[in-house]
Amino acid sequence: MTAPRDSAMQSMLQRQRMTQVLLYALLVLGAVLALLPMVWMVSASLMPSGEASTYPPHFFPSRLTFAHYSDLFTRLSIGKYLLNSAFVSFVVTFASLAINAMAGYAFAKLRFRGRDRLFRVLSTGLVLPVQVAMLPLFLLMKNLHLINTYWGVIIPGMASIFGIFLVRQYALAIPDEMLDAARVDGASEFRIFWSIVVPGIVPILATLSIWTFLATWNDFMWPLIVLSDESHYTLPVALANLAGEHVQDTELMMAGSVLTVIPVMLVFLFLQRYYIQGVMAGSVKG
Amino acid sequence: MSARRVRMPAEASTAAWFFLAPALALIGIFFFLPVAAALVLSVTDFDLYGIANPANTRFIGLQNYVRLLHTPDFWSALKNTFYFAFVGGPLTIAVALGAALLLSSKLVRFKGFFRTIYFTPFVTTLVAVAIVWRYLYHTRYGLFNYGLAHLGIAPIDWLGDPHWAMPAIILMAVWKGFGYNMLIFIAGLQAIPDELYDAAEIDGAGPFRRFFSITLPMLAPTLVFVAVITMIGYFQLFAEPYVMTQGGPLRSTTSVVLLMYEEGFRWWRMGYAASIAFVLFIVILLATLVQFRLQKERT
Repeated sequence: MTAPRDSAMQSMLQRQRMTQVLLYALLVLGAVLALLPMVWMVSASLMPSGEASTYPPHFFPSRLTFAHYSDLFTRLSIGKYLLNSAFVSFVVTFASLAINAMAGYAFAKLRFRGRDRLFRVLSTGLVLPVQVAMLPLFLLMKNLHLINTYWGVIIPGMASIFGIFLVRQYALAIPDEMLDAARVDGASEFRIFWSIVVPGIVPILATLSIWTFLATWNDFMWPLIVLSDESHYTLPVALANLAGEHVQDTELMMAGSVLTVIPVMLVFLFLQRYYIQGVMAGSVKG
Repeated sequence: MSARRVRMPAEASTAAWFFLAPALALIGIFFFLPVAAALVLSVTDFDLYGIANPANTRFIGLQNYVRLLHTPDFWSALKNTFYFAFVGGPLTIAVALGAALLLSSKLVRFKGFFRTIYFTPFVTTLVAVAIVWRYLYHTRYGLFNYGLAHLGIAPIDWLGDPHWAMPAIILMAVWKGFGYNMLIFIAGLQAIPDELYDAAEIDGAGPFRRFFSITLPMLAPTLVFVAVITMIGYFQLFAEPYVMTQGGPLRSTTSVVLLMYEEGFRWWRMGYAASIAFVLFIVILLATLVQFRLQKERT
């Protein structure tokens, strides 16, 4: 190798190194900005009362205290809201898993009259904002005596058009021959669904359940409308309510926010592979 | 044999309806029916008296819609919602694209690690982070103004100044939402063949040239999809102003959905609120159609 080529190579490598440093700097800066509010939330929740309202602001607590957490559980019955949220989210997740899986499979693999037309009608529902339904839905729930009950939150969440889409798209890949072979062997349609279809679509069911769980846990507007009595509040509704009464208790509010966010964060961090699959599946067909 | 292969059509379709029944019943009764009922509700004067006794409700034609057009609060809610969607939407998309480009560079490692961090705000509970940000925006003790003070910028009354409240909400929405779009962009970028870039590089195209002549055109369908879902989501702005500003100051952050909520569920003017809901629906429908039209023209 001649000297000039060598130095050209070296300057190219050097430039690449510079670019690399710049890219990492941007990535780290982005990560700091993305995490800062969350880190401050946790940090402030552990500060003694009043420390989050000082100038210059403290980023880390001078002394760790869990007093706000115990306050939330003993005085403000946050344990009750945690249980409410958990109950509602689990029931919606399990119910929607069964209901959307059956419907998605039927649209993908079973032949019946009017299937395509029905599916098109259902897809129009995707452009309808849910808020349009909320006023009459409230009146309907009132007539069914479901206002201020867990079921008022649960029932409208038990089936979703997006969920049916997700399952249908995945179930389309199941080979017809496999289903037909089972039919020849005399298996009932339900048996086929349970022992051939369900095992074949487990990954998308995992995706669906995580999506449903997080969406239900984080949901705010409908629970706010349908739950009027404190004893039934889910965490976000209770938190918004507390935020109005305890504006000055920064540290207390941060502790409440931590308790609300941590469960969904954990679910996401441990199962993110499945969650991200849902993002991708949702984007395949615009 | 072939006769046995295909089951009796009646039986298969009975099974299909059995599988479909729960989902169709739920979606029909608790979604499509209320949507249709909302249209009916919007041409009535259904209010608190109507809740007490439905017989107190009268058909009033398009009066609710006419009243809307003459109500300054409605126009300001519409304006605020457009502000949020048309400034916050593109900003979110730009940040998402930037992050996706960074994470798609061949020169960096630990991609999964950074991707997880960037995506985390998206899964958090909106109400909780809105409360957190409310304190970050505190005029005296908030980290934002503390940071700005280091740059020599005087404190901003983020949530108390009608000019700053919406930008503050937009900033939070960008932080919370960009991760989702970023993931979709990363998938879109992966689908662009490397040979295109290699060929452009041989032809002497710099990074900016490569971005505008290869990346952006190849990413166009993804961009339209992302724009549509982001806009649809942003037109439904509700929890952020509800928690952070209660629609204020001076109604500068009252969105269409927040207005609908207040009219319908605080003052129980449900007929009137239903007409607001329908305007929202039409706005979302139009925005979706326009964006798909743009996509068709490109291809």
